[in-house]
Amino acid sequence: MVLGGALVASGCSSATSSEAGDAPGEPVAGGELTFALASAPTCADPQQAATNDSIYPARQLVDSLTDQDPETGEIVPWLAESWEVDADATAFTFVLRPGATFSDGAPVDAEAVRANLDGVVELGARAVLGAGYLAGYRESVVLDELTVRVEFEQPNAQFLQATSTHALGLLSPATLAAPAADRCTEVIGSGPFVLDEFTLNRSVRQIRREDYAWGSSLWRDDGPAHLERLTFEVIAESGVRTGGLASGQVDAIGGVAPQDEATLTAGGHTVISRPNPGLPFALFPQLERPIAGDPAVRRAVSLAIDREEVVATVLSESFRPATSALASTTDLYADHADLLGHDPAEAGRLLDEAGWEPGSDGVRVKDGEPLRLSLIWGANFGPNQPALELIQQQLNAVGFDAELRTVTIAEYNAAREAGDYDFAWSNTTRTDPDVLRAGLSRELANLSRVDDPALEELLAEQNATTDPGARAELVERVQAEVLEKGYLVPVFELTTVLGLGEHVHDLDFEASSRLQFHDTWLG
Amino acid sequence: MGRYLLRRLLQAVFVLWAAYTLSFVVLYLLPGDPAEIMVAGGGEGTDISDAQLAEVRAEWGLDAPPATQYLDRLTDAIRGDLGVSTQTGDQVTAMIADQLPATLQLTLTAATLAVLLGAAVALAGVYTTRPWLRQVLLSLPALGASAPTFWVGLLLIQLVSFRWGLLPAIGDQGWRGLILPAVTLALPTAAVLGQVLAKSLSHTLAEPYVETALAKGAGRARVLLRHAVRNAALPAFTVLGVLVGNLLAGSVVVETVFSRTGVGRITANSVTVQDIPVVQGLVVLGAVAFVLASLAVDLVYPLLDPRVTPGRAVAA
Repeated sequence: MVLGGALVASGCSSATSSEAGDAPGEPVAGGELTFALASAPTCADPQQAATNDSIYPARQLVDSLTDQDPETGEIVPWLAESWEVDADATAFTFVLRPGATFSDGAPVDAEAVRANLDGVVELGARAVLGAGYLAGYRESVVLDELTVRVEFEQPNAQFLQATSTHALGLLSPATLAAPAADRCTEVIGSGPFVLDEFTLNRSVRQIRREDYAWGSSLWRDDGPAHLERLTFEVIAESGVRTGGLASGQVDAIGGVAPQDEATLTAGGHTVISRPNPGLPFALFPQLERPIAGDPAVRRAVSLAIDREEVVATVLSESFRPATSALASTTDLYADHADLLGHDPAEAGRLLDEAGWEPGSDGVRVKDGEPLRLSLIWGANFGPNQPALELIQQQLNAVGFDAELRTVTIAEYNAAREAGDYDFAWSNTTRTDPDVLRAGLSRELANLSRVDDPALEELLAEQNATTDPGARAELVERVQAEVLEKGYLVPVFELTTVLGLGEHVHDLDFEASSRLQFHDTWLG
Repeated sequence: MGRYLLRRLLQAVFVLWAAYTLSFVVLYLLPGDPAEIMVAGGGEGTDISDAQLAEVRAEWGLDAPPATQYLDRLTDAIRGDLGVSTQTGDQVTAMIADQLPATLQLTLTAATLAVLLGAAVALAGVYTTRPWLRQVLLSLPALGASAPTFWVGLLLIQLVSFRWGLLPAIGDQGWRGLILPAVTLALPTAAVLGQVLAKSLSHTLAEPYVETALAKGAGRARVLLRHAVRNAALPAFTVLGVLVGNLLAGSVVVETVFSRTGVGRITANSVTVQDIPVVQGLVVLGAVAFVLASLAVDLVYPLLDPRVTPGRAVAA
């Protein structure tokens, strides 16, 4: 057994550390951990949870068919002991481990899996993430008590990874029968924690499931969790969260503000972080608009942005500039930092070439029209505003006239649908590289209005390819192509930053950079 | 009196109807598609097909013409049904009823503190004969009124809770958790009361009858407490309606800063996630509070000042 004070320090600084990592002894069972969330969870049901602060509590209530190793991206057993995927990725057969039950006593069997997948499709728009993962779902066939085959109309390679997410976590048939809205306050799963009380805007209280014995193969053991009680309190003010941790009123906090990281570390607290996989925070062009529709302009936008400066000025050392169309923790990420350099001179040259002449007031002009860009953004992440203000300055320095337009998170999609903007600021968290298809395919949301048959073909092909090597090659090409054509202009990777009391051990990040409390203990 | 009450009641109904109608127009008919907003629920961007949106519209009756929607919802509202939260599916009236006690506890405590504090500062300021102390005391209300609630709350949390560890900064369990938020909420209200009371006390003390009382040998304290306060309290009492608004608006900030539950907190949250039926319910609640407060002022006024009869013009 390694006893390590030194390891504590490495836990603070390592940006990719997948756990709160020090191990100063054997885990101690018992105790209550209070975790402060930055925003109120909107729903207790993992199948309907859309925000990260809803997902943290919801995740603890359910198990998934599979789990995903945050280090390697490998899909490993959880409720399913084994699985088979047919050659064209249209049928997935899972064999469940025996003995697992929901906390109301119902068995976790093939029939329950079928009911859950049917249920997610039925939830439709309310299954914010899961409905997309199940696009093209045909049916689930129960082969025997513990074997189920899930069939799709067309190839759907991303589905295997999707089974590891909270969004397809399994709920008791009794819960599935309840109206969707009721499930936001009462939900029964098979997970290591059971929902005790969901109080809107205040807290989510959970208690340990004592007879739990079917944990993920990634965990230290598959028995009950160490913590007896797990409480999530909503503390909206970042200064109060930080002070609450510093004064010991809470044990751990989420949404640590970049400027508070140093204070916490200096006060003996642990700050851990992990970049969220998926699409980094990026500017998505509205390609039907004349200015954003011009590839030269999009390239100039990318060259004008100094990503290092954005990270150094408004974020912290926990954050990284984007180095590809996918964040570095995404499966099959390929480094394309060469396509994301900062070169204002080259940006100016491209704009000159495209006919945008420098104007008298610093704004370029073509045929009497100024080079005006309208950027829309929502406040789903604290530092968005200062980041965008800096980006605005960087763009204006090469002759753009960028204006920022704030919309509420709720209005964001409607605003993008309306399309009267040039670039939209957003990100998406997902471990599977299929997140690129979800964002850019004509068949799916396609809020950028991409119309590119060659890209469409590549996107469909990677989702039909089960061979990892072949898929990696396709995904690599997609990333390069998307960046070269400027279908998105990534800036930095969203990073989950947590502050932990010294007594909190083994709080683990999932592959998606969301949290898993099964192995966590206090001591 | 009966006719007067009836007229006030009709006025109240009109105010409630106007609040409801205005909020309907703003929330359901103005920018954005309510169905899109309901689905997004404050989350990350998602892929929702048109068919799914159509389902949501049908479920919430958003596919009907605006006039039909308005009449349907208004009929329900008259029956006491303000619809259900798009976020949780709970009845809006039940949600508000559930959160109201916490906010009442906070606002009533704050109101009591505000009255005591405001009166104490005003009386002490007027009573003292030391000019410098008078200056300090009488400028406190202006200071209190100009300090933002948000900032005062954070300052109290930093000092009293984080630095000295005396009281909890988070949550709403027990009386100890009530002190800091109630003080924070009380300060601006106390400031307004103190200001109004100090001013009218000064006026009253200049009245001839005060001089008469003093000439007859009454002490300063006796004159102040027995004679002047009763007359000077009237203007302070009239601002009650405004103070109810102050307290309700302040509860949005205080409940958020101190991580408490209550009506203020659901206001902040439902505006963020654009839970349209809840926001509308809260607008109606605000209107009810104002109507009740101004009715209370009108009915209690004659008890304080026998010269005033309800229904007649009041010369203030």
